[in-house]
Amino acid sequence: MIEHNLLEPDMITEDGDFVINIGPQHPSTHGVLHLKVWLDGETVKKVEPHLGYIHRSIEKMCESLSYRQYIFSTSRMDYLSAHINNQACALAVEMGLGVEVPDRAKVIRTILAELTRLASHALWWGCMGLDLGAVTPFFYAFREREFINDIMEETCGARLTQNFIVPGGLMADIHPNFVPKTKELIKMFRANIDEYNQLLTGNVIFQQRTQNVGFLSKEAAISYGTSGPVARASGVSCDVRKHYPYDAYDRVQFKEILGTTGDSWERYVIRIDEMRESLSIIEQLIDNIPEGDIVAKTKQVIKLPKGEFYSRVETARGELGVLLVSDGGSTPYRVKFRSPNFSNLSALGHIAKGSKIGDLVAMMATLDLVIPDVDR
Amino acid sequence: MITLSEIAHNIHVKLSGAITNETLLSITEMAIVGIILLGSLVMLSFFLGYMERKVAAFMQIRLGPNRVGPKGSLQIVADTVKLLFKEGLTPNASDKFLFNTAPYIMVITTMLVIAPIAYSSGFQIWDTSIGVLYVSSVSSVSVIGILMAGWSSNNKYSLLGAMRCGAQIVSYELSIGLSLIAIVVLTGSLRMSDIVMSQADGWWIFKGHIPVLIAFVIFIIASTAEINRAPFDLAEAESELTAGFHTEYSGMKFAMFLLAEYINLFIVCAMGATLFLGGWMPLHFGADNAFNHAMDYIPGFVWFFGKTFFLIFVIMWFRWTFPRLRIDQLLNLEWKYLLPISMINILLVTIIAIFGWHF
Amino acid sequence: MGLGSYISTVFSSVKSLLSGMKLTGYYFTHHKEIVTQQYPENKREGALILPERFRGEVTMPHDENNEHRCTGCQSCELSCPNGSIKIITKQEVQPDGKKKKAIDTWVYHLDMCTFCNLCIEACPTQAIVMGQEFEHSVFDKKKLKKILNKPDSKLKAGVE
Repeated sequence: MIEHNLLEPDMITEDGDFVINIGPQHPSTHGVLHLKVWLDGETVKKVEPHLGYIHRSIEKMCESLSYRQYIFSTSRMDYLSAHINNQACALAVEMGLGVEVPDRAKVIRTILAELTRLASHALWWGCMGLDLGAVTPFFYAFREREFINDIMEETCGARLTQNFIVPGGLMADIHPNFVPKTKELIKMFRANIDEYNQLLTGNVIFQQRTQNVGFLSKEAAISYGTSGPVARASGVSCDVRKHYPYDAYDRVQFKEILGTTGDSWERYVIRIDEMRESLSIIEQLIDNIPEGDIVAKTKQVIKLPKGEFYSRVETARGELGVLLVSDGGSTPYRVKFRSPNFSNLSALGHIAKGSKIGDLVAMMATLDLVIPDVDR
Repeated sequence: MITLSEIAHNIHVKLSGAITNETLLSITEMAIVGIILLGSLVMLSFFLGYMERKVAAFMQIRLGPNRVGPKGSLQIVADTVKLLFKEGLTPNASDKFLFNTAPYIMVITTMLVIAPIAYSSGFQIWDTSIGVLYVSSVSSVSVIGILMAGWSSNNKYSLLGAMRCGAQIVSYELSIGLSLIAIVVLTGSLRMSDIVMSQADGWWIFKGHIPVLIAFVIFIIASTAEINRAPFDLAEAESELTAGFHTEYSGMKFAMFLLAEYINLFIVCAMGATLFLGGWMPLHFGADNAFNHAMDYIPGFVWFFGKTFFLIFVIMWFRWTFPRLRIDQLLNLEWKYLLPISMINILLVTIIAIFGWHF
Repeated sequence: MGLGSYISTVFSSVKSLLSGMKLTGYYFTHHKEIVTQQYPENKREGALILPERFRGEVTMPHDENNEHRCTGCQSCELSCPNGSIKIITKQEVQPDGKKKKAIDTWVYHLDMCTFCNLCIEACPTQAIVMGQEFEHSVFDKKKLKKILNKPDSKLKAGVE
């Protein structure tokens, strides 16, 4: 019976390659990603991602929802940066309407977006440790994430899928506790990043695991269409916040951190540095929230003029583009999301070639994939 | 002073009064010994399981088990009962004989190794003249159990895990052996009781200068690798190979692997405590002074288990702090760092032993 | 690789490992830092504080005269993205003989609700608000279909 199974085409190929399926149920694929991996011993020869296990046709669903309603469904794409997804959708509608968002709403949106980015990066850091076999970082990261979630819960009413943004501004004003709690968070998070460095970044085992593996050259990063920290680690300047500022990003000072080598270590370091930049952005804005309205006046039933509207934002994982095609009605004619994770995942086969199977998992962690965003 | 052989003798005398048949008598005695041994090992692994969960929880700023029993201490019993009632699945395509034998081999080897360990003065099951050699040779049989489990499961993850484990245990056996030899050279005996007695005027870790300290550190690292614990848990490697060689096991067969893992943890720490930290010998400095007498009042059991559980705690501390190594780094660490260092180290220890430079 | 760099590699590696162990050791000995809360004990102890904006479920507040503020305009039903609200209206005869639209049943499908808050935003009379209740698990799915207006409740006078 064993001989029979060994000869099955799925088990060992004619070249003697060992084919294993990582996922869709696997502890380190963070969802239902299915990777078909061709192995030569421990060495990865080829990786083939199989998608579609969590396809919910959000794009098609959006076509039957009104411009107010379709925002909520995008929280379920990249659920770790739900707020930023909502922001992108609202920006597209505002562009179509030609509405000017009040200053106060702009600033609060930006702060919330940066808080989301921090929460997302904290979770990524924990999962990075988990994928490399260190369980403890996960719990330390969740401590900070919990604090951010509490802030979100107080102001937005929900912890993960906030749906706090409406076309033209925000659903409600911030909670009175928002400003003091955010200031407390900044202080706490700064100290905790040092803890992160002490526990994982400085660890020699961790450095050995991530340095000099998973190279993504600048050319390859561009040709695969990667964005966000993955592309910036390879030296591609692609921060949408910097190049095409939206909401309140034009009134803050922050660095776009660029790497040089593009290996797993660089991708890790860039996200750690980005957390510090996010903290500094919040710090610049938190004391300067202008007074005024929180939402611009829009009709109850929004109708966009005929045409196409494209907005782009920087989520925690890269560039999210929202294309709205309107035929003048109250629902979009077509919605297309350019999701960062789909492009970032496509680079996995390139960077994982020739590495060990343990590094494949580490690389997946540095790409910071959220599978529902890949499939949508 | 009561010793284990006296207790055994008393029981034997009492039993031979009740049972006259020679064969029946020895079978009864064996059954009693077996049940006591098995029971105490299960209790030990219960305690280690509880300890591991609590240590992990406190290091990870959470509370750990706290619902079943006082402070959650019966949680592990509840889990064992759950595992007992679970169905022990055997995959259709597996090699059923090897698949079902592998867990027993793991448990049997670990139980064999328990024999020569000295718990206290006079409390030793088998004081053989080749104690150290016996432990290091029998404990390496467990790799066969792992390889059998990985191969017979007919699962690709299991096979990869088993192959990793084979490479790992075979290489780390070298450093463990060399670091044990350092103490054997200093003591001049392989007998466990001799090694403990030689530390009456101070433990080897204090007496043997830096070379013994280095040997101790190498022993701790290599034994962590030997028993497949993080950061060397490549055979299980949860995030890479789901559960490695025991992916396909469930129910009680899985529990046996767990039992073997915890007993192995106890054994290597007991070995470390015996060889480097003086076993059941109290902390002594110099020949005869008030401090030594004060220390003598603490019984040997307390010393032995205190030292052993300290080492167990250190190994648990490793597990909940470090990320896992890659397979090539694992072998690099052994062949490029630990092995050369321990070879030079054994030379230094030999020089110390020949010239009698130790205290 | 020279001997000096070999030894310094060994020492710096060991140092980096020890600094990590120092951190976990700190948390092991400082139990004050534990952040976990015990559920459901924290409810009794008052540690579980849900903010007033927390979206647990849609509720319709009734005052002491069993009166609500819902006029049956169906704005919420239209605004709900996944159809978890269904309002059945009836024609009520007013004392002056005119007929007026009023709600018969306000059906809320909790099992379909995503707590997006759009219905509460859309309501012109603030008839519905988000409640704090979050323990919704039941054994029968039918229990998640709720009727929010109480029996024999009326529209509050003056609400248009």
